[in-house]
Amino acid sequence: MREPNAIVNPVLLQPTGAGASLRRIGALLRRYVYLLRSSSVRIVELIYWPFLQMLTWGFLQKFLASTNNPYAVGAGVLIGAVLLWDILFRSNLGFFTTFIEEMWSRNLGNLLISPLRPHELVMALCIWSVLRLSVGMIPVALAAFVIFEFNLLDLGLWLAVFFAMLVLTSWSLGLIAAGVMLRYGLGAEELAWSLAFLLLPLTCVYYPLAALPGWLQYVALALPPTHVFEGMRSILLEHRFDPGDLWWAFGLNMFYLAVGYAVFSWLLSRARDNGSLLQIGE
Amino acid sequence: MARDSVQDEGAFTAEGMAPVIVRGLTKRFGSVTAVDHLDFTLEAGSTVALLGGNGAGKTTTIAMLLGLIRPSAGVVRIFGTDIAECRYAVAQRMNFQSPYVDLPQRLTVRQNLMVYAGLYGIANASDRIASVAAQLQIESLLSRPTGKLSAGQKTRVGLAKALLNAPELLLLDEPTASLDPDTADWVRQTIKDYASSRGATLLIASHNMSEVERLADRVILLHAGRIVEDETPAALVAAYGRETLEDVFLDVVRGRAAPNASAQLLSEAP
Repeated sequence: MREPNAIVNPVLLQPTGAGASLRRIGALLRRYVYLLRSSSVRIVELIYWPFLQMLTWGFLQKFLASTNNPYAVGAGVLIGAVLLWDILFRSNLGFFTTFIEEMWSRNLGNLLISPLRPHELVMALCIWSVLRLSVGMIPVALAAFVIFEFNLLDLGLWLAVFFAMLVLTSWSLGLIAAGVMLRYGLGAEELAWSLAFLLLPLTCVYYPLAALPGWLQYVALALPPTHVFEGMRSILLEHRFDPGDLWWAFGLNMFYLAVGYAVFSWLLSRARDNGSLLQIGE
Repeated sequence: MARDSVQDEGAFTAEGMAPVIVRGLTKRFGSVTAVDHLDFTLEAGSTVALLGGNGAGKTTTIAMLLGLIRPSAGVVRIFGTDIAECRYAVAQRMNFQSPYVDLPQRLTVRQNLMVYAGLYGIANASDRIASVAAQLQIESLLSRPTGKLSAGQKTRVGLAKALLNAPELLLLDEPTASLDPDTADWVRQTIKDYASSRGATLLIASHNMSEVERLADRVILLHAGRIVEDETPAALVAAYGRETLEDVFLDVVRGRAAPNASAQLLSEAP
């Protein structure tokens, strides 16, 4: 047993290598878990908005179905769209709010002078966004089944692919939003928050691609979520799906992810240049 | 797996070189030069105070040493590593505390320290936290949310985070700002004890003259981003013919040079 006043010196582990990297990512995840556990309101909040969204669109779908509109009748296209959009939106929110929390708590300076590498911070945010998303979306998807008899699993294995595609897109957006916050501080918060909504009209969440003007369809097709939402409608309405589209979406996602990380790194570097990391939180 | 275990609190840095070497360090923000061609070296085991008025460049200098700000020119070498190029090689051997940086408020003190123990790669985290907590007398605070602590308690917790990895180089920015005299005195003594027992190198940015006189064996006085003095506190007081370091500080910030030019204390000024 340790003597009462004996000083225990730290045993420092190797700071380089994959093991060290995983350990630092684990330390950040531990911090996020502590934070979530610290407030039951935060857990409720994860489910609250997606649940309300699902209820609103579910009842709308039910109403439209009673009008014999074939598009609306089609096996919960609207609820499916809501749930898939929420995967994208909530994952982005999970990434971004977790990052911005470090700024609100003025902890970013401590993190950035520690042995933590920027890519480890990003990986921790990515992992946490998925875990946080699962906490929120699984109960809501179950509620959609109970209340509206919409089974998200009807999308079959494609659901996992759609999920992955949307999460990848959310990370790209999160990286850019986090970079903007690093460079411009909390003053840019609203702009960063609203970044995901830019995709809402362009990615054909609630309507088919054909509803957009011709020139805008090219823009929409350059965005990975458009392929996911088109795919979802194909499966639910026509019971067929062309996986070729998803390869295209995957390629686009990889491109945007690389762009997102490059933008994040560049803005972090600019923040180091202009000293804005010191003003964070003010 | 363990890289090294600090054998005892009197251990010296492994390198036979100065832990901090700063040459030509300059930072410009647009047309404003915040730090102007600083040259200084911190010898192993020394405690050096960075003194200056508001806007003198103290915090910017510390931020460049930490890698939070990239210099416009010049180089910072810490344990022989260019900090702008490869900060991560030495990050585990240094730490920092400032009242301008917080720990997450919702986490308990123990949770915060566990997170940082993970980030700094401390294998014996629980034992080390218990030890640092005893050293800083924060055992009773470990289970409390950090946000619920008083300013003095937060300072001690911030110091616990900064000492967790037993850093060979400790940078402190205004370590006793906004503390009552009793707590401030206690914090200064703790810092002094740590520096002497660990043989650590300390750089302290401060406005507080009594703090500097008590802790520092050398003072770097900044004015408008430049080093205007670099001497021991006693030598500065003597050179200016003053009774306290505070009087010297006022002379410098009000533009009065040392009356005894032969003291050659302005030699570092560019």
